[in-house]
Amino acid sequence: MQLDFQSDKPIFLQISEQIEDAIFTGAFPEDSQIPSTTELSARFNINPATVLKGMNKLADEGLIYKKRGLGMFVGRGAAQAVREKRQQDFYQQYIVSLLTEAGKLGLSKQELIALIERNYGGETNGDQK
Amino acid sequence: MVIRSNNDYKIKVQDISKSFGNVQALKNISLTFEPDHIYGLLGRNGAGKTTLLNLISNRLYADSGTISVNGESVIDNDKALSKLYYMSEKNCYPESMTVDQAFKWAANFYPGFDRLRAKELCAKFELNGKKKIKQLSTGYNSIFKGIIALCVDADFILLDEPVLGLDANHRQLFYKSLMETYSDNPRTFIISTHLIEEITSMLETVMIIHRGEILKIDSTENLLKAGYSVSGKADTVERYISGKQIIGVDVLGGLKSAYVLGELDRAQVPPELDINRMDLQKLFIRMTENNQGGEAK
Repeated sequence: MQLDFQSDKPIFLQISEQIEDAIFTGAFPEDSQIPSTTELSARFNINPATVLKGMNKLADEGLIYKKRGLGMFVGRGAAQAVREKRQQDFYQQYIVSLLTEAGKLGLSKQELIALIERNYGGETNGDQK
Repeated sequence: MVIRSNNDYKIKVQDISKSFGNVQALKNISLTFEPDHIYGLLGRNGAGKTTLLNLISNRLYADSGTISVNGESVIDNDKALSKLYYMSEKNCYPESMTVDQAFKWAANFYPGFDRLRAKELCAKFELNGKKKIKQLSTGYNSIFKGIIALCVDADFILLDEPVLGLDANHRQLFYKSLMETYSDNPRTFIISTHLIEEITSMLETVMIIHRGEILKIDSTENLLKAGYSVSGKADTVERYISGKQIIGVDVLGGLKSAYVLGELDRAQVPPELDINRMDLQKLFIRMTENNQGGEAK
C-alpha cells in the first residue's frame, strides 16, 4: 500500500480505495483478514480515526465485515462487487476524461478510434498513462 | 479502540492571559482539549505555545483566567496534575540518574507507567538504560523523554518539540510508536512542533497560535479542504482568482501560482490550470506570515 500525502484526495478515501484495490486483485482474498487499524495507522503514521473512517466506508458497502474480537475480514463476493462497481465507474472516470483530453488536443473522432484500435487486442493491460 | 465516554475528561483553558515584563505572551486565550484526541499546537517561534503548555502544567501562573483538568483547577493541585504529563524541552530529571532509574521514578509518579513498552522502545531506539542522563546527546535526550511520555498512562500527554534533534529514522520510529501506543490505549496527545508536514496525518485537530492569540482551531480534514493552489499562465490565473479570497501569490516569469481559500469546485477551474492541494504547512505559512511572527519572550 502506498499513500500519497500530496494528493488532494483525503487520506481516508485513499485507504478505502487501496484496500478495495487489494480485494479486487485478490491480494486480500475473500474471508481473509485485512490489516488492523493499529497496523495501518502505525505503518503510515496516520490517526487511527482516519483509518477507521476508510474501513467504515468499505464496511458500509458490504465489502468487509467485522468478526468480533478478531478484526475485519473480506466479505464473500467482494471482488465481484468491486468489479461491477468499477465497470459502472469506467465511463465516467475514463471515457469522459479521454474525450475531454482528445478535444483539447484537437483529435477527431476517427483519429481517436484509430488510436484505440491500434492497441486493441495487444497490450491492453499496460499501465500507460 | 477503546473509547472512554466520560465527558469530564477535558482540559479547559478559559480567558488566560500571561505577560513577561511588558510583552504579552498570551492574550485572553480560551480553548478545550477533548478526550482521546491528538492535537497539533502550531505557531511560529515566540507565538506562545510553550507558555501555554507551561501554564497548563502549572509551571507558570497565569495573570488572569482559569485552567482546569477534568473539572479541577490545575493551580498547585497534585490530583489534577497527575492526570497530565508534560514532556518539556527542559530536562526535569536529576542529571546523575540513569535512564533505568528515571523510568522507575516515572513509574512511582504514574503507577500505570508501561515498563514493558519502555524496555521495548529502548531496544528499538538503541538507548542504553545504564547511561546517565547527563551523558545523553541532544537527540538521545529527546528520545529518553519521549519514551517516558509514550509510556505514561496519564489522560493528557503534552509534547513540546518531541522530536528535537532526532534524525529522520528516529523521527519515523517515534511517530510509529506514538500511533501504536495511542491505538492500544487512547488518550489525549497535544503536540507542539515546527515539523508540521511530518505530523499532519496523525492530527485530528489543529490549533494555530499566532502572537499570543488563537488564529485557528479546526479538524485537520477541514483545514486540508480549506484551500488549494492554482498555477499556470499569469493572465488565466488572474482571471480565475478575481473575486476569490487569496492568501498568497507566487510569480515566476509569466507563470503564476495563487493560494485560494475556499472549497474547490473542479468544474469551475479552466482545464489549462494546475490544481494542487494546499498542505497544512503551506496554509500555516500563508496564515502567519502577513502579520509577521513576533518575539514574545
